[in-house]
Amino acid sequence: MKIKSQRDFWSGLMFVVVGLSFAWASTNYSFGSSVKPGPGYFPFGLGLLLAILGGIVLFGALSIEREGGDRIGSIAWRPLVIIVASIALFGVALPRLGMIVTLPLLVILSSLAGDEFRWRDSLLNAVILTAGSWVIFIWGLKLVIPLWPTFLQIGG
Amino acid sequence: MDLLNNLAIGFGAALTLQNLLYAFGGCVLGTLIGVLPGLGPVATIAMLLPSIYSLDATPALIMLAGIYYGAQYGGSTTAILINVPGESSSVVTAIDGYQMARKGRAGAALAAAGLGSFFAGCVGTVIIAAFAPPLTELAFKFGAAEYFSLMVLGLIGAVVLASGSLVKAIAMIVLGLLLGQINTDVMSGTPRFSFDVPELSDGIGFVVIAMGVFGFGEIIANLGQPAEQREVFTKDVKGLWPTKQDFQEAWPSVLRGTALGSVLGVLPGGGALLASFASYTLEKKVVRNPRVPFGKGAIQGVAGPESANNAGAQTSFIPMLTLGIPPNAVMALMVGAMTIKGIQPGPQVMTGNPELFWGLIASMWVGNLMLVVLNLPMIGIWIKLLTVPYRFLFPAIVVFCCIGTYTLNNNNFDVYLTALFALVGYVFYKLSCEPAPLLLGFILGPMMEENLRRALLLSRGDWGTFVTRPLSAGLLIAAALLVIVVMLPSIRSKREEAFQEE
Repeated sequence: MKIKSQRDFWSGLMFVVVGLSFAWASTNYSFGSSVKPGPGYFPFGLGLLLAILGGIVLFGALSIEREGGDRIGSIAWRPLVIIVASIALFGVALPRLGMIVTLPLLVILSSLAGDEFRWRDSLLNAVILTAGSWVIFIWGLKLVIPLWPTFLQIGG
Repeated sequence: MDLLNNLAIGFGAALTLQNLLYAFGGCVLGTLIGVLPGLGPVATIAMLLPSIYSLDATPALIMLAGIYYGAQYGGSTTAILINVPGESSSVVTAIDGYQMARKGRAGAALAAAGLGSFFAGCVGTVIIAAFAPPLTELAFKFGAAEYFSLMVLGLIGAVVLASGSLVKAIAMIVLGLLLGQINTDVMSGTPRFSFDVPELSDGIGFVVIAMGVFGFGEIIANLGQPAEQREVFTKDVKGLWPTKQDFQEAWPSVLRGTALGSVLGVLPGGGALLASFASYTLEKKVVRNPRVPFGKGAIQGVAGPESANNAGAQTSFIPMLTLGIPPNAVMALMVGAMTIKGIQPGPQVMTGNPELFWGLIASMWVGNLMLVVLNLPMIGIWIKLLTVPYRFLFPAIVVFCCIGTYTLNNNNFDVYLTALFALVGYVFYKLSCEPAPLLLGFILGPMMEENLRRALLLSRGDWGTFVTRPLSAGLLIAAALLVIVVMLPSIRSKREEAFQEE
């Protein structure tokens, strides 16, 4: 067995695994009957359908010849890890440190994901974006977003 | 005279100062993101959804609609000037438009695109106004079984016309439907697939998926590619007005593009992208001996597709407004926006909220007018924007997306979930799985399940109800035919060819 299309092989596998897990998980819920379908009825069917479709994709990936093997290619680890980490950092920091600290952190950290990082540029960007977000979201749209760190609010 | 009456209501609503301002804001934003490559209308509308909580439904939808068709105008500017399509729907514009720009005729190309789009936008608006009421009438005859079959047809149609592998696209729909199952079951009140996480029992927000996959996923993918050398023709843009000869050559293409785009926009899966591709192919077939050959700067190759994509963008509102069924990812977000504002999308919108319905339609015409003014005389401003490097741009997108997800429910759980979907989005990108069908499936999932279960309940568990009711059977047969036709070897190779033509 030789994989003829890497992209299709992995996506097919992904569909099969996700489909079967959904189908398996839905057996925890009442299935009902077709007269009175229960909460497990629809997801069970869909999970099986996804697994079947994934099977077809897998089969195709192993049998149909493609040019160059449809390689996945190198993975952009740096932007991937940095962007995902900066979103998570934002989630952790915003309720605790407020927008005034979190946004500059977010801007500078996410800037590191690019090829050309310059301190001057990202500091400038951080100032503009923080001020801009304050104007748009807090002053303009009146959204409830913590602005200052919580430890500063305790005293005042 | 009903039509005039309705349009009067619409213009009454659209021409209030507040709504004019929001239409203008939407058009400016739309042009902006259209001009900037790497930021599409899906991600932008997703980013803005949290901010519409404080708005009324009508201005909110007017603004979001403006972003969508505004992006069609802006996208062509980038395509013509730097050969990078600002929007996927202006991919074909880049072929001839960029060549025109290289020959110093950027002005004529921009004018052909802008004026063609305006004409198409006006026609598209009239078509919506004329066809929406009869379709709404039809939709009222639909029962649960028909609705289910219609959604099947809509989803299948959406992927048949999309590019890439058909089986994978259908699998992505099903995956979307499954993600939509993570919620609390409406009929029995059982939380499903929530793993005892209380936030999950309300379901995943569609904004979270849209922003994670379309916003962040694209940023990661863009950053993973080596920076490209861009050649911007900023100094060459003068002589905006096309010559008489240009006009003569362009107007038949504009008419053809408008007609084709209007038809394709209504189809499920249609809209701007498909319309522009089809129009370019048509122009190449119809115009036998162009003065300038296609691919070398033919004005027909700009005017046709640009008219078509704008017409398609307009008419793709028809299925969304009348049936509540989104034909593409942007319309799926519009459906979501309506739900946020407490409006159940579907045929009852026209009778229940006539001001919203007709106001939105009228605002499209007003918006198109604004866009011509925004894009032609003020082209210089947008060109300046093109020189903003991506390293300034993407942190801004990150910031807006993060704030957007946080303010959805004012908790950071949604932010973490978005981070997860950013990762998922990149996986999809790497595996060439298109995310748009997933979003459609996700939005339609709960509606589909409800209609399926209701239909089964009504027919006492008989699955035959979907094929014995004539209307429902017709819709399902149409869906099956679509799949079969696309699978035919001859059409299959044509379809692949059509999407590779760049």
